[in-house]
Amino acid sequence: MLEAVDLSCERGGRTLFSGLSFTLAPGQALLVTGPNGAGKTSLLRILCGLSPPFTGEVRWRGQGLAAAADRLRGALFYLGHHNGIKDELTALENLHINATLAGDALSEEAARAALAGMGLVGREDLPAKTLSQGQRRRVALARLLVSHAPLWVLDEPLTALDSRAAALIESRLVAHLAEGGLVVLTTHQPIDLPEIALRRLTLGEA
Amino acid sequence: MRIFFTLVRRDLLVAYRRRMDVLVSLIFFVIVVSLFPLGVGPERETLRLIAPGVVWVAALLSAMLALPRLFAADHQDGTLEQMLLAPFPLSAIVLAKVLAHWLVSGLPLAFMAPVLGLQFDLPTSALLVLLASLLLGTPALSLIGAIGAALTLGLRGGGVLLSLLVLPLYIPVLIFGAGAVETTMMGMTPEGHLSLLGAFLILAVLATPFVAAAALRIALE
Repeated sequence: MLEAVDLSCERGGRTLFSGLSFTLAPGQALLVTGPNGAGKTSLLRILCGLSPPFTGEVRWRGQGLAAAADRLRGALFYLGHHNGIKDELTALENLHINATLAGDALSEEAARAALAGMGLVGREDLPAKTLSQGQRRRVALARLLVSHAPLWVLDEPLTALDSRAAALIESRLVAHLAEGGLVVLTTHQPIDLPEIALRRLTLGEA
Repeated sequence: MRIFFTLVRRDLLVAYRRRMDVLVSLIFFVIVVSLFPLGVGPERETLRLIAPGVVWVAALLSAMLALPRLFAADHQDGTLEQMLLAPFPLSAIVLAKVLAHWLVSGLPLAFMAPVLGLQFDLPTSALLVLLASLLLGTPALSLIGAIGAALTLGLRGGGVLLSLLVLPLYIPVLIFGAGAVETTMMGMTPEGHLSLLGAFLILAVLATPFVAAAALRIALE
């Protein structure tokens, strides 16, 4: 369970949001929307513990992040604006190393299957710098197919993806929620998640 | 432990596929050291006298030149963010990155130094001590430098600031490193200097990864 208690965030002397509270239970997704610069990415980084909130507290399974940061990191898959893909490494090496770094040991077959699942057949052994923007995003998102993390925090996961890949990510999110996972995501694209599990949060309305 | 070696392997692989970046700081070292005999002239006594200082200062500058590479690329492509969120101690991750960095920048430099020392007419005993002092000293340079690299991450003009931060901290390594070679040439044992370098290295291994990890967390806020 992920809780935000009275969060506020300041950037460059300007308050982006304040008094933000929510509780996200297993099986629920939080869709954060709002115009550019409303603080969506800042909120996601605060929830992950990358940046401290200006005021308020994030709680993971009832414990504040000061004490539970390690436990949160063990349960988290975060994908930000950057793909976390190294240009010099191949798609397969990237997926393998990123999964190992997140504590998800991965066999080579599983890694190849995940890349194939993302429509990257034949691209597994190419250096990432030869891949297109959308293909790199797919390499990063292949982690969703192998991740055991209960909490997914995704910042604009659908950017640069074509409609087929977007649909694939959507179905993966639905399956993750059905398994009792938690999702926090931002997106500007329409996304189709089961209404019953979906909670919306709009930033930048004042 | 597995994550440690996975990361070392990853960084070595990336460095291998970007060989030019690595070679630049090594070539810089070779050129700077080789310029001195040309500039100072072929007076053997003078060359021998300045050799330890020249080689060590060049090693310091070359290590400085390689430092920004330590975290900058990972910062740019977002992999550093993933490391901060990994369920492993960040200090261990930093240590793995520094080890890989030293293997491609410090280690070849140490082994090149005795060859360059020939230009200064150094005796064999001094060349061996030079190698030993660099083998002990350069990892300490990489470790201390990691703090500076983490603190200046993402800053504009970070390179200059980095040298201002890190060079003063390199002074003890420079004194004992060059000192070890000088004492050998005076016919004394370099043991004391080398032991102090070793002690400095142990201290750096134990302390700097934690400081650099904390600096990284601040830099990425």
